[in-house]
Amino acid sequence: MLAVDVRRLSKTYVVPEREAGLAAAARSLFSRRTRSVEAVTEVEFGLQRGEFVGFVGPNGAGKTTTLKMLSGLLFPTSGHAAVLGHVPSKRERAFLSRITLVMGQRNQLIWDIPVIDSLERNRVVYRVPASDYRRTLDELTELLELGDLLERPARNLSLGERMKCEIAVALVHAPEVLFLDEPTIGLDVTMQRRIRQFLAEHNRLHGTTVLLTSHYMADVEALCKRIIVIDHGRILFDGALADLVDRFSPLKTVVVEVRQDSADLSCYGEVVACEGLRHTLRVPKSQAAQVTGRLLADLPVIDITIEDPPIEDVIEQVFAGGLDRPVRSTGA
Amino acid sequence: MLAIYWVYLKTSIALQFQYRVAMAIWMINRIVEPTVFLVVWRTVAIARGEVGGYGAADFAAYFIVLMVVNQLTFTWIIFEFEWRIRNGELAVMLLRPIHPIHADIADNIGYKILTLTILVPVAILLTLLFEPAFGFTPASVALGAVALAGAYCIRMFVDWAFALSGFWTTRTAALNQIYFMLVLFFSGRLAPLDLMPAWLERLSWYLPFRWTVWFPVELFLNRLDHATVVTGFQMLALWLVVGVVLVQAVWRLGVRKFTAVGT
Repeated sequence: MLAVDVRRLSKTYVVPEREAGLAAAARSLFSRRTRSVEAVTEVEFGLQRGEFVGFVGPNGAGKTTTLKMLSGLLFPTSGHAAVLGHVPSKRERAFLSRITLVMGQRNQLIWDIPVIDSLERNRVVYRVPASDYRRTLDELTELLELGDLLERPARNLSLGERMKCEIAVALVHAPEVLFLDEPTIGLDVTMQRRIRQFLAEHNRLHGTTVLLTSHYMADVEALCKRIIVIDHGRILFDGALADLVDRFSPLKTVVVEVRQDSADLSCYGEVVACEGLRHTLRVPKSQAAQVTGRLLADLPVIDITIEDPPIEDVIEQVFAGGLDRPVRSTGA
Repeated sequence: MLAIYWVYLKTSIALQFQYRVAMAIWMINRIVEPTVFLVVWRTVAIARGEVGGYGAADFAAYFIVLMVVNQLTFTWIIFEFEWRIRNGELAVMLLRPIHPIHADIADNIGYKILTLTILVPVAILLTLLFEPAFGFTPASVALGAVALAGAYCIRMFVDWAFALSGFWTTRTAALNQIYFMLVLFFSGRLAPLDLMPAWLERLSWYLPFRWTVWFPVELFLNRLDHATVVTGFQMLALWLVVGVVLVQAVWRLGVRKFTAVGT
């Protein structure tokens, strides 16, 4: 059985609409105009137990709406969703006890009292046996390096420290499915890396199923073998991260360092950067090997590397219209 | 469930210690209002001998007991809900496998326990100053305590259901104002209800506020005849059922609405 099974899931919001100005405001008292906004349209995917999947898209793409539907906070307009065999919109206690949703800006921590009290509150609310709680807390304290943070009120913590504690509070009941909505937003690079390491380790140790949204592609690259790309409420790609690059980036980046001043390499490919002896070229993927061979034969090469373009560029290309219809890769 | 209430209660008390200055300031209003009415009605009673069967000492007793009953049964949940919906706190609450009303009840009780440390000395001070004619008997105090517990539950449920109007309107402040006016006029906070205009007194029978404030106060003071006591408890039972049904129904509708439109 799939941990998360989503079929033709749609969500349409009805939003009030009115023109600017006082007259329009007065008119809206008597006749209220609304329009429908399709936030998510016939989304389909499934997550195996233990999978760690990146859910990527620009602002307003439908990521958070989907996550909220899967955690029982939003009622779908149509379609079907099942999480661990439960229908999320029924909001059964058994379901809520087995999942968690971590939202970057929302919090479970109680602001003015020590973090340990928020953890204790969740232990009791989720009816976690004391021995399990002790073990979970020890593990979370070690992996997240919580240490003395537990005794401090949430309001006295830095953003990064608070996020670590938020994650700890959200995991006290050992949920089997984690929906993570921008868990690293606003954090510095070191803290992002720390959270990333923790999530990878937690997934490895407990086999939790994770659906992660993030604007930081470093998160997705580090954690997810599979990626689902969504835009305007529709899934554009679902498959292995490597497949996405292969499919949507027809170019490779060749970085070559030559022992020759002011060499003109434009005949080998598109020169995108030139810093001293170091040149960066963009060449069609199919010609990368041939171009490399020619460079080595023609020029006094000190060093040469062939790289895929940054994942951000590939995703941008997908959003920019690189896809007319959804692509489901079999490689994931 | 007891363990859950205990942890919520501990959390609430810990939080109240953080907000002790705010707690004291909020208390002022609930002490000043009955004290002002006490002084006004007592002055009138001294000038006229009595008002509608209430002498100066009766008014003093009425408003001192009212202060305690009102403090122990009032809720501020109506102010909380709009904020919860707007800032996303409600979404976090909805993720927990427990009805949010339990957290609110425990929080309310925690606050009440702490504010008793201010309320009791104030009540003693007012007693010393105004020489009230408390008609307490063991039976009236026992019955009053039962009515007080019922009144607490009714106020919590009815206020909670009313607070859920936040699901349908983005600005609940105006509605709240109407609600608080109704509570003020129909609960006996301005004056004992039998001194109010006949139409208002009659109307108060059909609203919960008479039974959740005036009734326990008069019961404690042993001023009610047997028939009124029986009617009062019947009304408390009725409103308790109405409150429970109302909370469940409005909550179900509200969550459906919330999950339809999101935050």
